[in-house]
Formats: sequence, structure tokens, C-alpha cells
Amino acid sequence: MSAEYAEKEVDILVVGGGTAGPMAAIRAKEANPRLNVMLIEKANVKRSGAISMGMDGLNNAVIPGHATPEQYVREITIANDGIVNQKAILAYASNSFQMIQRLDKWGVKFEKDETGEFAVKKVHHLGNYVLPMPEGHNVKKILYRLLRKNRVDVTNRYKVTRVAVGQNHRVSGVMAVDTRTAELVFIKAKSVIICTGAAGRLGLPSSGYLFGTYENPTNAGDGYAMAYHAGAELSGIECFQINPLIKDYNGPACAYVTGPLGGYTANAHGERFIECDYWSGQMMLEFFRELEGGNGPVFLKVNHLAEETISTIENILHTNERPSRGRFHEGRGTNYRQDMIEMHISEIGLCSGHSASGIWVNERAETTIPGLYAAGDVACVPHNYMLGAFVYGEIAGLEAVKYCENMSADKTDSDFMAHESERILRPLKRKSGITPYQAEYKIRRLVNDYLQPPKVTKKMELGLRRFSEIRDDLNDLWADCPHNLLRAMEVHDILDCAEMAAVSSLYRTESRWGLYHYRVDYPEKEDDWLCHVQLYKDGEGQMACKKIPIEPYIFEPDAGDVQAYERLRIVARDML
Amino acid sequence: MATASMLVKVPVSVDADKCIASKGCTVCVDVCPLDVLVIDINNGVALMQYDECWYCTPCEVDCPTHALTVDIPYLVK
Repeated sequence: MSAEYAEKEVDILVVGGGTAGPMAAIRAKEANPRLNVMLIEKANVKRSGAISMGMDGLNNAVIPGHATPEQYVREITIANDGIVNQKAILAYASNSFQMIQRLDKWGVKFEKDETGEFAVKKVHHLGNYVLPMPEGHNVKKILYRLLRKNRVDVTNRYKVTRVAVGQNHRVSGVMAVDTRTAELVFIKAKSVIICTGAAGRLGLPSSGYLFGTYENPTNAGDGYAMAYHAGAELSGIECFQINPLIKDYNGPACAYVTGPLGGYTANAHGERFIECDYWSGQMMLEFFRELEGGNGPVFLKVNHLAEETISTIENILHTNERPSRGRFHEGRGTNYRQDMIEMHISEIGLCSGHSASGIWVNERAETTIPGLYAAGDVACVPHNYMLGAFVYGEIAGLEAVKYCENMSADKTDSDFMAHESERILRPLKRKSGITPYQAEYKIRRLVNDYLQPPKVTKKMELGLRRFSEIRDDLNDLWADCPHNLLRAMEVHDILDCAEMAAVSSLYRTESRWGLYHYRVDYPEKEDDWLCHVQLYKDGEGQMACKKIPIEPYIFEPDAGDVQAYERLRIVARDML
Repeated sequence: MATASMLVKVPVSVDADKCIASKGCTVCVDVCPLDVLVIDINNGVALMQYDECWYCTPCEVDCPTHALTVDIPYLVK
């Protein structure tokens, strides 16, 4: 039986309207206003994605006078333990400053000193890259205005489920479902740009609340799953995202805001135990050890600072990015003036913005499928953060324009639409079954049990076995309304991401990136593994991995700097 | 396969006296990233229908009449 679906046709389809997506759509339309550019979004572009409530700062601004692209490329090469395509990092770094100037011109507010220069702060180990945005709450409004001005076709409340690849092995469109009516649409496109953000609903937060995740929980890993099923390569999936956060609240503390103002990460004695608060796997391993050790747990300490400074910190943290931080502290009677703030580590996720897991892209944001681009947290450009999403959104938008100008749309086999329509609507056709809530809870609980580092071979193998049992259970998934159908489709994405996390972690038989890939039974870092691990769907439809070499470095990291990242722990404290 | 429903206290509360959904306002429903809010057609007031909140607060901040309050979910609080 084949289900009904509507059909549409565009030149460029941008999937995901958070950070990279709007930038890709705006820059594509600015470059060629004649092209038909659609931005399709699971929520509403006005308030979607990781920066729904704005952002409190840039973590990786490469501004002349404070840092150079070369220095930044070296820093990220070391921070990501050597596993980088330096060309891709350099493309970000070289475009970082022009993007800040563009955003500044558009009205995004960055901190400036009394002479009008950007007020850059130091948080990283080596260079200076942090630019605060104390009034950064209006980013989404500015992007929305530009989407309208440039006549981007904004389509809200649709979940894209699969990317289609045509008869000539080029991208040919997507299948999507209206999350409020369950109506289906096939959107034919010459080019598709995936900007769907992190896989944030992978591990289960320690609160047990499914949606109390570190990442915006709308980001369920949809893009990782759709790229995988389309046949694109993914990379660095085994380099999990784990972040330091306010315990239970599960949002950033945030050391990048408080660090330059004198706050720091401390143990139960109020003493520093790491030299640098920049998030890297090495830093997270020290954090984890302190958390589990006799001097734990870990706290953010600002109670030694002056009233004026604390007020500034509160003003930034409680009005930007995650503004409900303030009411969480209030509920527990925590006052920054007297108390240290209890911290913890996040559940695992996949997110190239903070670590390295993503769809493989080169310095032109091209994936391994012609016409398919990826940008932002879902694309493998390590430690890219918000500014990297903007820069790569722009690169993807401009590259897609060039691609479309010489290309007709590839033809999709109608079997694809029939098969996908049936898959999407199956849970709605049932009258009872396993609810998406139960299936999701179970998958994510197993992710915690079997994949949370320290990683153990046998545990990950058991995890894979349980995931495969749940895959059979998904035939019984039941949705009683379009909203729960959306959740049911996300359950498929979450399960795909869980399997990818296990398969790529098992493949890399060494330890790397500190806690992110700490394998207890392969505890050492091995030179043989100084390579990318690509994950893909093989000819039999099975999940497979392969090694690919790292392109020769453009800028060789300095040996002394490498050691700086490896010696993060403050030695004196260990002696006590 | 039998199913059961379980009641939970939800984080978003709506002041029915201030809510102007009956006049056609759907701002909170439109902006919610998780799409957990609906307009209750019986009384024309916004309602949190699904317990899937990120306590991100656009519904509260964007509400033209300040009718919504986002609390931290009890499990997280």
C-alpha cells in the first residue's frame, strides 16, 4: 500500500533552522536571489536550535591582534589530539573575523572596550579566543529578520526523515512529515544542506528527565541518521561529547563566562585542580577523576569575587543562552555570593561543536555525496562552536549556490518515496504498542549503562546486542497523534546514533581525547591510530568503519604546546 | 497491548485570566521548540500537553501578556 505524499521542488533545501541553517539560507539567497531556497525546520525558526535564547559569548573568535588563523589551527590540532583535517579548521579560522564583522554589522552585540575594539578574553591554553556577548540574547531575531528580507521560504514544523540520493548518485531531495498533521511531503532539491545540530538525546541525564539534556533536546541526532542512511561518511563518532555542567540543571556553568572574571573550577576544598578551563577530552578526564575521587565532587567557585563582579556574572548567565539557570539556583537556595555551585558531567552526546563527531566534510562543507553539504554541530569540524556553525553555514550556502548553477536535480526512484512513506506512517496505523517515550527511555538508559566512558569492550558489545533487540521492538512502536509520531521518528534516529557510537568506539582500539574515548582495556594512545575513523553503511547495508589517513599538516603543532594540554592537572594538589 | 496514562506535574503554567488565546493569540505554541503547548479549545487558554520541557523560556519571554510561567521540572529541580 502506498501512502499519499505532496511534492515540492526547490533549488537548495536547508534542513534545520538553528544557527548554521539560517546563515546558509541567507548567504545563498544573497549570492543568487533567483534561486529557490527553502529552510525547513522541525520547530519554529524564530526560536529553534542551540541558540534559541541567544548566546553568552564566542568561544573561538580569531581576531587580528589577539590570535592568528595559524595559531588557532595549531591549538585545535592539539586540543583534538591530532585528529583534524587542518584545511577544514583553517577555512573556519580564516573566515572567523569577517563573520564577526558581518554579525556585528547585522546588529549582534559583542563586548567592546572603551575604544570600540572587541574585548577578547583568555580561556584556552595557548591563545586568546573568547569574546563575551553579555547582550547576546537577540541573535535569533536578527537571523529571522534577514531570512524574511532575503525571501527565504521558511517551512516550520516539519521533520525531515530521510535524504534521497538519485539515480546518478547525487542528492535528489528529502522526505518530510508535518509534525502537527502527519502529512507527508517529498521535496525535490538540487542541493541539500544538513544543519540539524547535535545528537543531544543520546545519553540519559542523571535527573532521569528525558528532556533535561545538555543540548537542546529537539536535536535528537536526526542529521547523523539521515546522512548515514543516505550513504554519506561520518567521522570521529567515537569522540563523544561530554561537558562540565551545573548538576541536575544540566546546562553550562559556564567557565568561559566566569573564567575571565576570576571564577574557576574547584574541588570540594575550593581549590583549583586544573590549570585551564577550556573544554577538551583531557580536561574532562581530570574533571571526571576529581569528581569520582576523595576531593570531589567538583564546583564552580565565584564566591571569592567582589559583589560587582558576581552581579555581572549573574546578569550574563541568567539572561542569556540558558536563562532558567537563575530560577534553578533560586529553587535550591544557592547564592553565588556564599555558595560554590555543584557541578557534574553531562550525559554523552555527539556534537562537533564541542568535540568532533559529525558528518564528514571538507573545507567546502561538502560531504561524500555530491550536492549534500553539512554545517554546524552535525558536521565534523572539531571544536567549531557557534561561530564555526555560522562560518560553515556560509561556506555551505555559497558552495551549494555554485553547485546548483550548473546542475539539474537528480531523479529519485519512486520506490524511495513509497518505502519511506510506509515507514513513517506505520506507528500511526497501529492501535496500541510500545510508546515512543518507553522506547526512548530504554535506549538512552542502555547508552548510559554500556557506552558512557570509561569504555569497556564487553559492555559495548552487550550494548550493541541490546540495541539490535530494540530495533526489532521498533516494529511495535505506536503513535496516537502526529506529535507522538514525531517522537517515534526521533526514536529511530536516537537508536541509529547509539549504534554508531558503539560501533565506532569498538573500532578504535586505543584511548584518545581524554575521557571522550577512554577505553579501559586499551588505555594507551597509539601512533597507529593517528587517523580518522570513518563510519558508513556498507554494500550489505551494515554499519562499517574504515581508517583514512590525516592529510599532512599545514602547521605542525609545537611539541611543547602538546605537553601543555597533556599536563592539565595541577601537580601540587596531587601531592597533598 | 494495553496502555496506561500517568499523571505528572508539568513545568509550564498558564494564568487563564491573562492568556489571550481566545482572541487568536498562539505565540507560545508557535515558539516552543519542543511543541509541547496547545490551545485548549474548551476554554481558549494555552496548555502544556506533553511533559517534554527544556525550561528554555521562549514561551514565557515572548508571551505578550506575561501569562506563562516556566518552572524547573520537578525531577530536575
